[in-house]
Amino acid sequence: MADTAVVSDAPDSARTPPLVVRFAGDSGDGIQLAGSEFAKSTADAKSDFMTFPDYPAEIRAPAGTLFGVSAYQIQFASDEVLTPGDKADVLVAFNPAALTTNLQHLKPGGLLIADETHFDARGLKKAKLEANPLEDGTLDAFQVITADVVKRTIEALAPLELGRKQATRAKNFWVLGLVYWLFGRPLSTTEDWLNSKFRKTPEVADANIMAMKAGHAYGETVELSAIRDFAEPRIAKHKAASRIISGTQAMAYGIAAISALGKRDVVYCSYPITPASVLLHALARFDAGIRTFQAEDEIAAVSAALGASYAGSIGITASSGPGLSLKTEAIGLGVAVELPLIVIDVQRGGPSTGMPTKPEQSDLTMAIYGRHGEAPLPVLAPATPDECFWIMIEAARTAIQTMSPVIVLSDAYLANAASDWELPDIDAIPDIDWPEHKANGEDFEPFSRDPETLARPWVAPGTPGHAHRIGGIEKSSGSGHISYDPDNHQEMTRLRAEKIRRLADRWSEVKLEDGPDDGDLLVIGWGSTYGAIAQAVKELNADGKRISHLHLRHLNPLPRGVKELLERFPRAVTAELNTGQLCSILRSEFLKPVECISQVTGQPFHVSDLKEEFVKRSEASQS
Amino acid sequence: MNVMQLKPSDFETDQEVRWCPGCGDYAILKVVKSVLADIGRSPDEIVFVAGIGCAARFPYYLSTYGFHTIHGRAAAVATGVKLANPNLDVWVVGGDGDFLSIGGNHTLHALRRNIDLNLLLFNNAIYGLTKGQYSPTSPVGTRSPSTPNGSVEQPVNAARFALGAGAKFVARGADTLQTHLPEVLKRAHGYKGASFVEILQNCIVYHDGAFGAINDRSKSQNVTVRLEHGKPMVFGKDNDKGLVFNEQTGAFEVAEIASLNSDAEVAVHEETNIDHAFALAQLEQPGFPVPLGVIYAEETPHFTEARGFTGTKGDWDRETLKAIL
Repeated sequence: MADTAVVSDAPDSARTPPLVVRFAGDSGDGIQLAGSEFAKSTADAKSDFMTFPDYPAEIRAPAGTLFGVSAYQIQFASDEVLTPGDKADVLVAFNPAALTTNLQHLKPGGLLIADETHFDARGLKKAKLEANPLEDGTLDAFQVITADVVKRTIEALAPLELGRKQATRAKNFWVLGLVYWLFGRPLSTTEDWLNSKFRKTPEVADANIMAMKAGHAYGETVELSAIRDFAEPRIAKHKAASRIISGTQAMAYGIAAISALGKRDVVYCSYPITPASVLLHALARFDAGIRTFQAEDEIAAVSAALGASYAGSIGITASSGPGLSLKTEAIGLGVAVELPLIVIDVQRGGPSTGMPTKPEQSDLTMAIYGRHGEAPLPVLAPATPDECFWIMIEAARTAIQTMSPVIVLSDAYLANAASDWELPDIDAIPDIDWPEHKANGEDFEPFSRDPETLARPWVAPGTPGHAHRIGGIEKSSGSGHISYDPDNHQEMTRLRAEKIRRLADRWSEVKLEDGPDDGDLLVIGWGSTYGAIAQAVKELNADGKRISHLHLRHLNPLPRGVKELLERFPRAVTAELNTGQLCSILRSEFLKPVECISQVTGQPFHVSDLKEEFVKRSEASQS
Repeated sequence: MNVMQLKPSDFETDQEVRWCPGCGDYAILKVVKSVLADIGRSPDEIVFVAGIGCAARFPYYLSTYGFHTIHGRAAAVATGVKLANPNLDVWVVGGDGDFLSIGGNHTLHALRRNIDLNLLLFNNAIYGLTKGQYSPTSPVGTRSPSTPNGSVEQPVNAARFALGAGAKFVARGADTLQTHLPEVLKRAHGYKGASFVEILQNCIVYHDGAFGAINDRSKSQNVTVRLEHGKPMVFGKDNDKGLVFNEQTGAFEVAEIASLNSDAEVAVHEETNIDHAFALAQLEQPGFPVPLGVIYAEETPHFTEARGFTGTKGDWDRETLKAIL
């Protein structure tokens, strides 16, 4: 194939924001880096955006293979952006395997930028291709730019006299330069970052900058007029200071906020597991305020966190599904001894190892019910990266106010998805208060209760005059002494449940996110599906549909107002990345025929798929 | 630390002790109370953490802070207590099941990390609370409800396990040796780091006499060697036998002192000698005296010290948070 830009004559459809760009290549190609640099430049362009890294579980699979493909998708627009987008307007493919696995994510008529370097017999074979898709008509429905990126990068870096291998490493910046040209972006954001990142090795910074400029110039030189229609959406959405944040980073800041607002060090204990480890890395960077501990296993992590809570700190542990399974006995102990504890579950595809890097919402019932004995506890779920910050503060308050472990459900999508984040007004957030107990040593009863919240006093070792013993054996209400009394167990079981149920009295009633109070269909979501559901409902209602969106952040206990909504709407459906866990909870709780839109592909919902389902169900409910 | 004037009875609780009559745990409880009284630290600053098992009921019978947790996890819970508040005096109590079976992993890591805990393993070489199954320290051939024809598994040697895990303080005592055990526990308490003490404890119901004459006060001298740093390792009724270190095999041998050319041939106990520690831990009945006392002790920074964790209060406030964001 000629080493020139080939622009097919596919229709140049009018492009209006939002736009979706997807980078795909080998894990070793620097895809995530190119993607996140593009996101930073998007933030500088004052566009709203959301990103989604879609990477394989393999650390570094053999180059060019189908299972080694890593991808990064970003949607940006002048309006609010709620999802990383369904399908891409622009797909960058670094090799045949990336093209094969990612072409399904490119819109018809969309632009493909392909590095033709590896579209040779060897590369095609690795991607299990019989024919070259750049030549066999596979791409007829798309606009295509091909370039021998590796060769051009090496040529561009020739003055630096680097080895071929080292020069080739800069190819992701060559492509990034081309993509920047496409969107009329300045190179300065990435240039500044490279200069600061490689302060100590300026030759590396120079090579990458030179490659990026060459890619940019390539766009300028080659006639790409048919494509240069990507009007950059430019509207300053945020007035206040903002930054790019992923759900995991937001959670890390939320945990830092617990330390700062409670004026007491947080103890964070965890065992590495994908995709929760990133949180440990983020927190381990703080040398004070948060005491991190990499435990020997999941059980030790939760046990140490509980021990820390016993000793008067907020103990936090995080894991993913397999780890939550291992932690359940210790969480049950937390319920029995009534100590605060925060357990974060970054859900991934299961069962067992399942799909470690892919999102799923299939741990909901485990979070609510997954312990032996009657062991209710609060379950919370943030809906957006921003909420990941706030939910940690709420989890700490909830744990303290109920003297109970609290489970926070995130997932692999929410953890990695990044968006622009308006910095919160820290002075406006109330302190996290540590309860004070007034009884003196003589009258002190470790299992007496606050009449309103039913929480027991939290008295840490070291408190003078209050030495007492707690444990997993059933305790006598009040004194906390070991008790096998039948009536006492009945009463303690009731109290532990009622304590959690009363949270719903203190939480505000649920409100619809969008749509009329008397619509044709009530769509109920929870957790990370917020963006896709909200976008689908917004678009449908703009077209005259009457669909309403309820999104639950509180999964246990269920908040007030859900029942009334279920009674008011003719039809209700949950949309979940599982096989209907919230749906069956709502059915059993409220005896209503709630339906479910289920997806367990390891991918977030596509807005278009949800729209189709919502329309189908709302029309059926009208007829 | 303020030293208080305390009596053993100051550590009593109003809870009825529920071990079987004649259980070795009573003797250990008595020793622990007297040691705590001698140490003189306020009961409000002491925490006993236990897992599950007969031994694990220990916290209920002491008027300190206490946490009866779940099977095997006491060391992990206690680690968390120290992370949050390194100032507390934390003791972990468990049996051979807690420490070496279900919780073996946590024992290994608490020792290797050198968490500042006093770990007391009550080894009775049987599972008492679940009614007499063999345990990881039961000798080969132990007949029990789950091994009616006798167990075939090699038992774990607790002291060797601890040394292998990288423990920097390893000691051994026995329940009935009421003058020896307190000294061992005081040494363990005085050590800043993970101090591991195996206490040979007789289960009168399911494994009576498991340690033979070791914890029989009248015969113990013949089958044990009492270790004292800087002193020759002699034993026997009239201290007529001694341990000689064979440099070639790296093992201790038993010698009649009368048969030696010189008393100097008897090895002198050096607590900081790791090779000797392994060789001592190896010695078992029959054939060798069982070493009692501090087998190994080496000062090294403990975990929370190395990490720089102090106290319970946090230094962060809103300004810190703003700076982070």
